[in-house]
Amino acid sequence: MKPPPFTYHAPLDLGSALDALAGAGARGKVLAGGQSLIPLMNMRLASPSHVIDINRVPGLDTIEDERGGVRVGALARHSRVERSGPAPLRRALKLVAHPVIRNRGTVVGSLVHADPAAELPAVLAVLGGSVRLASLGGVRDVAAADFFVGPLESDLRAGELAVSAFFPGLPPRSGFAIHELARRHGDYALAGVCAVVTLGDDGRIAAARAACIGVAATPQLVELEGGTPAELARAVQERTDPEGDIHASAAYRRHLVGVLAERAFTDAAREAAQ
Amino acid sequence: MTQEERHEITLVVNGVARQARVPARRLLSDALRHDLGLTGTHVGCEHGVCGCCTVLLDGEPVRSCLTFAVTVDGRELTTVEGLAGPGGMSPVQRAFAECHGLQCGFCTPGFLCTVTAFLRDNPSPTDDDVIEGISGNLCRCTGYQNIVKAVHRAAELMAEESE
Ligand SMILES: Cc1cc2nc3c(=O)[nH]c(=O)nc-3n(C[C@H](O)[C@H](O)[C@H](O)COP(=O)(O)OP(=O)(O)OC[C@H]3O[C@@H](n4cnc5c(N)ncnc54)[C@H](O)[C@@H]3O)c2cc1C
Ligand code: FES
Ligand code: FES
Repeated sequence: MKPPPFTYHAPLDLGSALDALAGAGARGKVLAGGQSLIPLMNMRLASPSHVIDINRVPGLDTIEDERGGVRVGALARHSRVERSGPAPLRRALKLVAHPVIRNRGTVVGSLVHADPAAELPAVLAVLGGSVRLASLGGVRDVAAADFFVGPLESDLRAGELAVSAFFPGLPPRSGFAIHELARRHGDYALAGVCAVVTLGDDGRIAAARAACIGVAATPQLVELEGGTPAELARAVQERTDPEGDIHASAAYRRHLVGVLAERAFTDAAREAAQ
Repeated sequence: MTQEERHEITLVVNGVARQARVPARRLLSDALRHDLGLTGTHVGCEHGVCGCCTVLLDGEPVRSCLTFAVTVDGRELTTVEGLAGPGGMSPVQRAFAECHGLQCGFCTPGFLCTVTAFLRDNPSPTDDDVIEGISGNLCRCTGYQNIVKAVHRAAELMAEESE
């Protein structure tokens, strides 16, 4: 239960961080909050030869309004975003781990970590956000749909640092909701659903999106036209095919997706009507 | 294997600047316990789940088992050894003793640090707030009821003493 040895880099600015990452290549890992990387290293499931600790890099602890949404910097910790970030993130973060873990964990770190049972990747996916990646070669923005590649696998390449993530705001007459079920409060969810609905002029749901947590290798996005929450939930259930594991059977997860999706669509529609 | 590189770090623990030479992989929990001899911080799971290694970093509770000592070079830490004031045990410590908020005491340092910060941010919590506040700390002995009572009692003591 002790981490393996590594060479430690503590860059004091972004340029040196990118230099260190370029030098380390595929054997390097960024250390942000450490709330996922250090457990993996303690259990020897990860053993990077170089750890690039970005905690002293200035300018990354940001939450900034940008046209159409909010940009969250790589050192904005869960606890700070929970207090002053956009509403969907604030609500989702209440479901992420415990307050003490949230004091260190970062929103961007959680996206890069890309755990299929994590809440924030699903929030980014349902809102249609993106992640900004910087390397010595330049900067690129990757849409959520392309960023999450597999379980614990994002599109981040060797030598890249995720500098920020962009969470778009909701369109007019729209609402957001997130529901999940975990064995214990603060644990990773057995299944969860983030929903965004937009109401038409008649006050009914005209368009709906759901991103499912814990049912596929990446946050599974389902886009639907109008319907009642129950109809939409059934459509989400039909389009998902969760697997069973020691925590829950496939059939139980499937059942959960239906129940949670209906709750999420109902709440999102209520919020949209306000 | 070649000798592992060591880093000179300074940790300001309970108001005292302490130096140590540690490999980068030294967990803060181990730096406190082994390098500085402060064994009040306990280690249970080393993956963030049990909470007994919780210490205050610049006043904020964090898992010392999920922090490298080198990352917090130069920062201020408070461990359970630093909670008591010159006049004796802190209100949180007294409340835990008074309400039987501990039995074996293994989890207690983590609860005390967590609750100290929690009550500073939320001096008159509801039951739900308390349960959320201590949700990241596990106790195998007490069944939690007396810990919840102790948190409320500590809030009372702090309110009385600030009058
Ligand atoms: C007990 C416990 C319970 C938890 N429960 C939940 C939960 O319910 N839901 C949930 O979503 N999460 C949970 N987590 C994980 C927590 O949210 C993590 O903080 C988060 O997943 C990772 O963020 P971090 O800043 O700590 O990243 P780190 O641990 O520092 O890094 C994680 C990974 O991302 C990479 N990385 C991080 N930042 C960057 C960057 N800027 N650029 C490039 N690569 C980067 C690292 O190299 C590493 O591979 C839990 C953790 C613990 C210990
Ligand atoms: S030892 Fe750190 S949380 Fe268990
Ligand atoms: S008092 Fe024994 S674990 Fe809590």
